[in-house]
Amino acid sequence: MATIELAGKQFDVDEDGFIQDATDWDEAVAAAIAPTEGVDSMTEEHWVVVNFIRDYYKEFGVAPMIRKLCKSTKMDLKKIYELFPSGPAKGACKIAGLPKPTGCV
Amino acid sequence: MSNTSGKTPKLDKLDKGPWPSFVKEIKRAAEKSPMSKDLLGQLELSYEEKIGHWKHGGIVGVFGYGGGVIGRYSDVPDKFPNVAHFHTMRVNMPSAWFYSTEALRKLCDIWEKHGSGLLNMHGSTGDIIFLGTVTDKLEPIFAELTEAGFDLGGSGSDVRTPSCCVGPARCEWACYDTLNLCYDLTMHYQDELHRPAFPYKFKFKCAGCPNDCVASVARADMSIIGTWKDGIQIDNGAVKEYADKGMNIQKDVCGNCPAKCMEWDGSTMAIDNSLCRRCMHCINVMPKALRPGKERGACIMIGSKAPIVEGALLSSVLVPFMKMEPPYEELKDLVEKMHDIWCEEGKNRERIGEFIQRVGLGNFLEAIEVEPSPYMVEHPRDNPYVFYEEYFEEGDEDEGEEEDE
Repeated sequence: MATIELAGKQFDVDEDGFIQDATDWDEAVAAAIAPTEGVDSMTEEHWVVVNFIRDYYKEFGVAPMIRKLCKSTKMDLKKIYELFPSGPAKGACKIAGLPKPTGCV
Repeated sequence: MSNTSGKTPKLDKLDKGPWPSFVKEIKRAAEKSPMSKDLLGQLELSYEEKIGHWKHGGIVGVFGYGGGVIGRYSDVPDKFPNVAHFHTMRVNMPSAWFYSTEALRKLCDIWEKHGSGLLNMHGSTGDIIFLGTVTDKLEPIFAELTEAGFDLGGSGSDVRTPSCCVGPARCEWACYDTLNLCYDLTMHYQDELHRPAFPYKFKFKCAGCPNDCVASVARADMSIIGTWKDGIQIDNGAVKEYADKGMNIQKDVCGNCPAKCMEWDGSTMAIDNSLCRRCMHCINVMPKALRPGKERGACIMIGSKAPIVEGALLSSVLVPFMKMEPPYEELKDLVEKMHDIWCEEGKNRERIGEFIQRVGLGNFLEAIEVEPSPYMVEHPRDNPYVFYEEYFEEGDEDEGEEEDE
């Protein structure tokens, strides 16, 4: 397993760069991941999305479905991709410190 | 380090015998590509150990898209470093898979430069499948593909790359322009294709006639199958020719008709079209004598899928006949309503066919504003759905409940 340093802390990450243990995740860590996903700087809107994903994950143990994310944040899919060009599953979830969403082929 | 020697005795066995083998092709690619060489090694190891060595569920992609690339990682990267990453890229194929040789060469060049060189033409999704590249190469490949006029296809919970049969390009039986519809759907659903937001995948397949050469009835959430409303066109002179050349019309044509709706008295062919099941058998055996009717369109069928979460399903009829002419507004309106209710109420990883089974076709039809009809069949003469609502008057409810018990 690879290790990277984010905001002065060491994290184990999987092949896709998702951090494995989010105990040490904080906003500085999120801001450090952001540029790797094409997000130059975290704006208020970015935080709305990231915080929603984190809260949802804490409550239900899974990442929210995309539709739920759009509805709850009142942003359409286009807006989400403007904020996170690599998409909600890869970009937003990674920045939010979630484990890799179960993808499908 | 059992398998880095390049010796692959188990795979070599697949090279023997009369049939072509994928092993032969990977070996050819391995002459040029270290990635393909390690692929052989890892596969040999899998055959020895009887276990797959690919991890599942990588998330990689290109900016702007949520689908189109499927992450693949080896779980033995130390032994086979060249396949530590071995991502698959899906490239949207042209309608009915017509290419110029120039386009094919260009695709091959791009892939030899940036990937393993191995292609799958075509995957069961219909896409051009590029097998094996690394994360850093994804954006350059995407840029070169776009430059060459190609785009990525669908993957994940999105509209998958629509596909179609050769249709009117090479087939006289096509009841509508499958190539045009396929292209139109592809362009119309670009957002849905590239940015997964559905409960699960959604596949369109367009077949020009009931022969269904793209097997849409078994593989597409929405199967759009050409059909006709009026009677089969008959050329009695040509039927006679077939008979004169030795075809046993009574036995091989009329006798094989599943509806038994054909008669041949030696000079005239008669078909009771009200019973015809559009099986295409008679047309297939006597292409010069019989043709689909003149009033052509498509039958919209819904719900087929392979077994993953639930068992396999075949599509069943939703709209028995719809004209298929650009801009296909009627079809798109229907699709939009279906997507709305399925996205709203569908569970994660629930295909639309499973969704319909769970909520009941009656409720589904109500949501998409389609009237129930006896045409909504799974097979001719076989209706899989029962619409109880029709049978009970107000005040009958108690009786109905008693019957249930």
